[in-house]
Amino acid sequence: MGNENKLINGWLMLHIALCLIFIFAPIAGSFVFSLNSDRFPSLPLGEFSLDWYRAIWNDPLVWSGFGNTVIVGLIVAVIATILGFGGAYTDYRYNFFGKSFYLALALLPPTIPVVIMGLAMLAFLSRIQLSGSTISVVIAHGVMCSPFAMAIIRLRLSQMDPDLEAAAWNLGGNEWATLRHVIIPFTRPAIFAALFITMAVSFDEFAVAWFVSGLNETLPVKILGFLQGQVSPRINAIGSLAFLSSMTLIVLAQLLLRNPNEGSK
Amino acid sequence: MDASTTPPAIVKFDNVVKKFGDFVAVEKADFEIGQGEFMAIMGSSGCGKTTTLRMLAGLEDPTSGDIYLDGERVNGRATWDRDTPMVWQSLALFPFLTVQENVEFSLKMRGVGKAERAKRARKWLEKMQITEFADRGINQLSGGQRQRVALARALVTEPKILLLDEPLSALDAHLKVRMQAVLSNLQKDLGITFVYVTHSMSEAFAMADRVVIMSRGRIEQIGTPEEIYRAPYNRFVAEFLGSANIFDGVVGAATPGGHMVAYDGGEVDLPASELLDAKTGDKVTFMVGAENVDLAPTDAGQDGLAATVVGEEFLGATATVFLETDDGQELKVQKSHAELKAVKCHAGARLIAHWAPSACHVLPGEKG
Repeated sequence: MGNENKLINGWLMLHIALCLIFIFAPIAGSFVFSLNSDRFPSLPLGEFSLDWYRAIWNDPLVWSGFGNTVIVGLIVAVIATILGFGGAYTDYRYNFFGKSFYLALALLPPTIPVVIMGLAMLAFLSRIQLSGSTISVVIAHGVMCSPFAMAIIRLRLSQMDPDLEAAAWNLGGNEWATLRHVIIPFTRPAIFAALFITMAVSFDEFAVAWFVSGLNETLPVKILGFLQGQVSPRINAIGSLAFLSSMTLIVLAQLLLRNPNEGSK
Repeated sequence: MDASTTPPAIVKFDNVVKKFGDFVAVEKADFEIGQGEFMAIMGSSGCGKTTTLRMLAGLEDPTSGDIYLDGERVNGRATWDRDTPMVWQSLALFPFLTVQENVEFSLKMRGVGKAERAKRARKWLEKMQITEFADRGINQLSGGQRQRVALARALVTEPKILLLDEPLSALDAHLKVRMQAVLSNLQKDLGITFVYVTHSMSEAFAMADRVVIMSRGRIEQIGTPEEIYRAPYNRFVAEFLGSANIFDGVVGAATPGGHMVAYDGGEVDLPASELLDAKTGDKVTFMVGAENVDLAPTDAGQDGLAATVVGEEFLGATATVFLETDDGQELKVQKSHAELKAVKCHAGARLIAHWAPSACHVLPGEKG
């Protein structure tokens, strides 16, 4: 660009910096205080300490919440990615009456306010005797996460040469063999990205899990419990770890999606 | 088409029609392709040539009519159960596989063992001179190399027939001509049937034994390149070839060898062999190739069509001159630069265009 305006560029940089600070300052603060020996978060800082991390390490409640979160996250990631792949492939492959309605319906869940979603899930799951268990969180999160997986895989499929699938059929692969040897390898980066993203979404989700989890609380629900009981810097330590896990998943997904033309080779 | 000269058919289209909704993509395709023949299907986009090829490959099902492959009716048989590999316009190589894995693909789909697959793929990589790229990804290859991979991938099962859908359209002129030679030699070498879809007359005429010309779903003419060039069947084909002057005329009085034909701007004595069985009073359409028209100055006493030069198109050693008669009839004349200079041809010049009666060819498809 020949007519770059330094002033405008400067303002844009400042704007981005402010946005990032606004988003990350609380998280960074929480991280800093998690390593601070003081009982209450205040300045000036006390000594560096890993006490709060030791405290949560030794807390069985944290472990049970973390365990539930991981189990739910793993199962949800697999289910949501399979459902998302199915939805995306259906959209790619077929034209049928009511397709736009089908797409709207499939991509709808993230637009529903989580409180409404949580209430509806609770009402529905308790009616079929499935509320208050880990399975209920899996079902609710599966519904919420599938559209994310579908969107990611759909994007990848849209980058595929439209002749590729027909070429595989023409070379002797039936529809199942082609799905296995062409469609899945081509979408593999997106499939992994979808696994990571859906796991991260499930990992962080609080409201719906709060409604349906009953006694099998996931970590975010546990955190609320801790906050209601006592204000402890342990929260900062848990928060820092949760943030780190989610970020790892998101970054992995981004890396996979960054250069989709590389494929697996 | 002379049936006695064509080899036994490997492909037969029997009254094949293909409709997409109300749109007729192919209207009554009825032809055969001989074993070992290089057949080109040519036409502009949307003429039905690719649909015809896809029906042969099993990627589309005909709406009515039958398709026979090697004597067997194949309607409704899935493409993976036919051995009709295709080279795609986009090539459609698998970007997540190496060159060798691409070539092995159809063997893998047919359950050929690993060692055997590698052996057969190697043979084709060698034949296409791409062995050194065996372990590379598709994205690391040039256009010409990809073309060779696509050919090797399609031919690795040693099929009796290879389908090609405008495979050269993405290449630059030089590489295109080189790949034409590769394809031509490959086809002669293997002795298998090639069905080659293209919109380019130069590609079709350079390589094919016979050419099918299609427009708007209809087959306009089938013949060898020479037959088509010398004797276009109808106005569409004559215009498609691009270098024909077309005249509408009426058959007049009989002459010793044929009939006089009157047309806009004159009369010409056409032999009976050209006129087929046209009688006095019939309407005929005839063409004169641009290279067969001569030009003379107006004062040379030459009979012919007086016309004004409107422009000139430079074609290397020759030029095509565009003229217009006073009635608005357009004429094309192809001549060497020296010949044009001799008659002082320039834009706006008045010249007499004339030709020998033997240069006239009556279009049999336009009779009546």
